[in-house]
Amino acid sequence: MGLFILRRSGVMLLTALCLTFIVFFLTNLYPNLEKLAKTQGNFRMTDEAVASWLDKNGHSGWMISRYGEWLGVLPGWTRESEEGITGRCIAGAVSAEEAANAPTFCGILQGDWGYSSVFKKDVASIITERLQNTLRLMGWVLLLMVPSALIIGVLAGMREGSATDRGLSTVSILTTATPEYVSGVIFIAVFTSSTVGLKWFKGTATAATDNPTFENFFLPVLTIALYGMGYIARMTRASMTEVMTAQYIRTARLKGVSFHNIVIKHALRNALIAPFTVIMLQFPWLLNGVVIVETLFNYKGFGFILVQAAGNNDIDLLLAVSVVSVFVVLITQMISDIGYVYLNPRIRIS
Amino acid sequence: MEPLSALDITARILYQLSPVWISLLILFALSAAFKRRLGLYGKLFDSPIGMIGFALVMFWVFTGIYGAMDMIVTHDPLSQVSGMKNKVPGTAVRGVGEGEYQWYLLGGDNLARDVFSRLVKGAWVVVQIAPLATLFAFMVGITLGLPAGYYGGRLDTILSFLANLILAFPVILLFYLLVTPEIVATGVPNYMAIVLFMFPIVFIGVLLNSRYYTRPKLRNPLMAGVLGIAIWLYLQLVSNGGYLINTSTGFKIPGLPKVLDFFDIPGGILVVFVSVVFVNSPTVFRIVRGLTLDIKTRDYVAAAQTRGEGPWYIMLWEILPNARGPLIVDFCLRIGYTTILLGTLGFFGLGLPPESPDWGSTINDGRKLLSIYLHPALPPAFALLTLVLGLNLLADGLREESLKD
Repeated sequence: MGLFILRRSGVMLLTALCLTFIVFFLTNLYPNLEKLAKTQGNFRMTDEAVASWLDKNGHSGWMISRYGEWLGVLPGWTRESEEGITGRCIAGAVSAEEAANAPTFCGILQGDWGYSSVFKKDVASIITERLQNTLRLMGWVLLLMVPSALIIGVLAGMREGSATDRGLSTVSILTTATPEYVSGVIFIAVFTSSTVGLKWFKGTATAATDNPTFENFFLPVLTIALYGMGYIARMTRASMTEVMTAQYIRTARLKGVSFHNIVIKHALRNALIAPFTVIMLQFPWLLNGVVIVETLFNYKGFGFILVQAAGNNDIDLLLAVSVVSVFVVLITQMISDIGYVYLNPRIRIS
Repeated sequence: MEPLSALDITARILYQLSPVWISLLILFALSAAFKRRLGLYGKLFDSPIGMIGFALVMFWVFTGIYGAMDMIVTHDPLSQVSGMKNKVPGTAVRGVGEGEYQWYLLGGDNLARDVFSRLVKGAWVVVQIAPLATLFAFMVGITLGLPAGYYGGRLDTILSFLANLILAFPVILLFYLLVTPEIVATGVPNYMAIVLFMFPIVFIGVLLNSRYYTRPKLRNPLMAGVLGIAIWLYLQLVSNGGYLINTSTGFKIPGLPKVLDFFDIPGGILVVFVSVVFVNSPTVFRIVRGLTLDIKTRDYVAAAQTRGEGPWYIMLWEILPNARGPLIVDFCLRIGYTTILLGTLGFFGLGLPPESPDWGSTINDGRKLLSIYLHPALPPAFALLTLVLGLNLLADGLREESLKD
């Protein structure tokens, strides 16, 4: 088990390195840097002016060495000019002595996430602030999604082919066929607009960052939860129907155990192993849903800054966003693998 | 001209769609009559769920095709009529000439365009791109997944690592990184197109060669003909205006001369297509790999190995046909997923031109005024919902029927 976790962590680290390098490569392609130079400097820069601006701000040189600087394994760049020495690890232009005192390495390994060119703030502070908002959203989504999906799945899979099964299966197919931007739009139209007139909820969740209430927070949560719910429910149903046809369930029935007890005591625990993996693997999709819903409901969280950073090629912020999301995906994958081994006695004992 | 009542609107929409109803009726009558001779497709007509799904899917397919032929649309989806901005469904169009349609059946959108016509034209965008992109993703996934599962070892490790790498990316971040104009200007999507579109050629080439290599007299002309056409199509697909790559910085790779290039894919569509194929193929790869791992332990594979068949023959003519059930089901589900992805791209305004009538873009345009005007955003939302639902039900029906054997 220890070796397994160690090997998985190694692969995870390698994946994270590859992915961040891809993001770094794509965001640092020349046209992107040119756009950055023009938005930071001015829009009528000549090609030479752009090249010199990029060189002055440490965007020239080999891609791989700049990636090393960002990561914090290569010394940060320094440039000498008339005003003094500037550099990756130095704020503003300083004299030679001060520059000598500045740290040599400053990448994410040293905890320096860089500076956001869109929000004009430290990336680390933006990420922590926005991630909290999104974690709150995700937490409520999981709280709503997982129990209801499991209940629907178990109820449907308990008696295969019954009317309850048909009905609940149709509902779960319907929710998997409704992406967030469709269900969100329908919910906003039905529950918030003045045309329909129900006006039960608020159409935007902007206020929910400071003061989440049922009125402004329920619709975003419901929108994300619905899309993932159908899938988990179908997996639970499949797993439940499989368990219900197993020999030991038949034995229990023949022994005269009540149906209620069979479901609760014998079937449920075995039927919930497969959905656990599915729930864990749903996280990457939840991340997608979060981006869409935060854009739709104007909720200022992690997905919102992803869209802002990507739309404006805010390199440092975009890299930080991808580091966070890639780690979320990889860690949930690992938990699902380990959890599966742990939960399933057939694998655990062999 | 009086505005139409709700009943009138419904009746007129149903009438506008009459070519679709007729086609559906003919298709269902013919299929139901010959269902015993049509294999798995025929068996679909034994399952009510499958039939409902198939009807929903074919409804949008016919709507898309006839819409592209300008049969159903009532107005030009791009032209703006003054005074029709955000007008409710059934409003009479101001100042129409003789022979033009008198009403905006589903109202006007924020730019005074006809919502109904845009909805129909949007169906064509989806019907065109989604199945084709899914097919390409399957070609890529099958061509890589079969050897990964069959040979295993280091090849499997490397390919699985790459697949997991792509899968670990949040899809929206990937789209933003690939589809922004700056990246498109560097030609990255074009390089990806050149690589990804090569897989179908490799697939077809290996498929035919492994089957007919013992009969060179048949194989040589067959391969020359099929691959010739395939490569010609490939070059037409990847080269635009005589160049494979033509970046703004002046870097160019010459491609097929313009004389032989009969169709050009508009840049935006190509980028969208490539990114959708790229996102979908790792999942297909994993499914095919898993199925191969399972099937290669069967007796008929061992029999083929004993007979001395080559590895590619076994993969493509022994394993692949026996994996078709789950693959067909997944194909239907994946078209639905691709439709959702296309909508996501449109929703974030990525890739497709802003005036494009595709459903995602229309939903995105409509949502901004959603609290006041519902009619521009809701029709495309329901359209997307019903199409994806249809594909899901179809996949369910197919799964049920294929399990009955």
